[in-house]
Amino acid sequence: MAKKFNHPIDAEISVTYIISNKKLTAVAALGVTMGVAIFIFMNCMTAGFTVKSNTMIFKNTPHIRVYSDDKISTALIHPRDSRNIALIVNPKVVPENNRIIDPSKVMDLLKRQADVVLVTSQVATDVFYHNGKSQLPGNTAGVRIDDADKMFDIRSTVVEGNMEDLKTTTNGILLGTGIAAKMNVRTGDNMTITSSKGITKVMKIVGLFKTNNSVTDKTKSYVNLAMGQQLMAEGPSYVSDINVNVKDFDKAQDYSQRFSALTGYKAEDWKSANQSLVAPAKMRGVLVSAISLSILLIAGFGIYNILNMTISQKLTEIAILKAMGFQGGDVIRIFVLQGALIGLMGIIFGLLMALLLIYLATKIYLGGDIGYFPIRFEADVFLNGVLFGLVNTLLAAYLPARKAANVDPVSIFRN
Amino acid sequence: MTQQPTEIMLQAKQIEKYFYDPEKFQVLKDISFTVNREELVSLVGKSGSGKSTLLYILSTMDTDYHGELEIHGQNVSGLKQNELAALRNEKIGFVFQFHYLLPEFTCLKNVMIPALRLGKYSRPEIEERAYERLKVLGLSDQALKLSSKLSGGQQQRVAIARALINDPLIIMGDEPTGNLDSKNTNIVFDSFQQLAHEFNQTIIAVTHDVDFANRSDRVIEMSDGMII
Repeated sequence: MAKKFNHPIDAEISVTYIISNKKLTAVAALGVTMGVAIFIFMNCMTAGFTVKSNTMIFKNTPHIRVYSDDKISTALIHPRDSRNIALIVNPKVVPENNRIIDPSKVMDLLKRQADVVLVTSQVATDVFYHNGKSQLPGNTAGVRIDDADKMFDIRSTVVEGNMEDLKTTTNGILLGTGIAAKMNVRTGDNMTITSSKGITKVMKIVGLFKTNNSVTDKTKSYVNLAMGQQLMAEGPSYVSDINVNVKDFDKAQDYSQRFSALTGYKAEDWKSANQSLVAPAKMRGVLVSAISLSILLIAGFGIYNILNMTISQKLTEIAILKAMGFQGGDVIRIFVLQGALIGLMGIIFGLLMALLLIYLATKIYLGGDIGYFPIRFEADVFLNGVLFGLVNTLLAAYLPARKAANVDPVSIFRN
Repeated sequence: MTQQPTEIMLQAKQIEKYFYDPEKFQVLKDISFTVNREELVSLVGKSGSGKSTLLYILSTMDTDYHGELEIHGQNVSGLKQNELAALRNEKIGFVFQFHYLLPEFTCLKNVMIPALRLGKYSRPEIEERAYERLKVLGLSDQALKLSSKLSGGQQQRVAIARALINDPLIIMGDEPTGNLDSKNTNIVFDSFQQLAHEFNQTIIAVTHDVDFANRSDRVIEMSDGMII
């Protein structure tokens, strides 16, 4: 006989079971709710930490830094075979300066590469800050302030004075607040700096910046590119670093290798430059994923347990359904749907709970370098939470449902 | 429905069955018989005579046997589980000793479920048919109550209504009055007779009840796995 109507009787039975066992349903759904909420919360937290940490890194580090690496002197005459003796040398750093030859050509070359967003040059040098007798070691970057601002977003960190004044003040200096506090100077004051080449300059403080990274604030300053070159006792073509920003900073590693080969200079991506920050972040990510997935898995066990219990209680009902002509597939549908509906309820409340938790967390002020709790609403994470939650509950429902489908009605009726 | 009364509804040919646990034991030996349309057949016998085992084989739920079983001319031995389920859904109605309704559903829904599974009629039609059957069995006022709230006799009559909903070829009863007092037994038995004679239903019922057996059209008595 052809089936004329397709009544959703399996679904009706699932829904009836859910409604008539409200307590069990609520407990199972609550498990999923907690699992999904904690999964989303923890992963949003990781995402927030990563973004926060990256912003901090990029305040001071370009995606890729191209520079001339130190060279170690090598033997002048290499032995031709084992009988010959090498000319002995004392391997040490070649005392030539780390200049990039014809930097504007290298910069043009880099600018032409695909996915390169920004290329700037700078002269980095170690300096001593003086004020009277007090002396403080640090480093300064000679930059074109507009370009540097685009790369490191200096403007947003300036707390006193004006960043733009650097352009009109040849001997201007933009100072980290930590240095200013230690040297007891403020905007408008003069101070002396001495470079590693022994050149001393009197600088006029045009502004103070505060990045909230205490190491940076206590050591870093910006001067004009020309001033940087003077501090290094070099001419106007001297550049020590070329900084490159690319579209996707996560792929910086791939570009750095290419740029290295392209320019002949060492190109270092931000991850290798900040390994001490990147490696723990990676570890944190793995840890959080493992913990949050386990919690989700435990929620799955909740559903598995409760469906298993329901099925044990309803063995005679399953047998009667099978006797009346319900097939194994119908029975699986009934219980998988029941699990899925419980899961779905749990997921919806889990999403709401995650939203609330994250909202509350963003209101927590931690202070220090971090400020507000660095958590973010990440759409991807929410999507993953829903997806993992669903897959998890479906699987947790399928296993007991398959058992129910294999119930032999005769053996049930006999007892 | 103007077929001849001698039409064969069910035919068993040399059915044999063994139990293997705890040791090999032959429960059914060379069972052959036929059931005609509109017959009310009682299967009787002592405990352990194999009558329930036979009923489960006839109902197609137990497929672990030797021999052949034909239902309305169709050989069902060797059909797959899902095909058998579809066949039960359409052609066989069940009434069990412990009425076995789904306690979380109303009586009406209980009656409707096999029809909703079959999908031959629309939902309003099914509801109407379910009401009709409950009415025949005198339960139309209980239709919207949860089935677990009814008395045993009422539940058994709901189960009969459910067995009837898809106009099955055969109704099978496993001690349908076994769990009832004499008053309810009479009511249920009257219902069965009414079905057999007014509605031309074919019925096979396993029973202990001598009255029930005496009032049926034919009694098949079993002993030690054989028909005597």
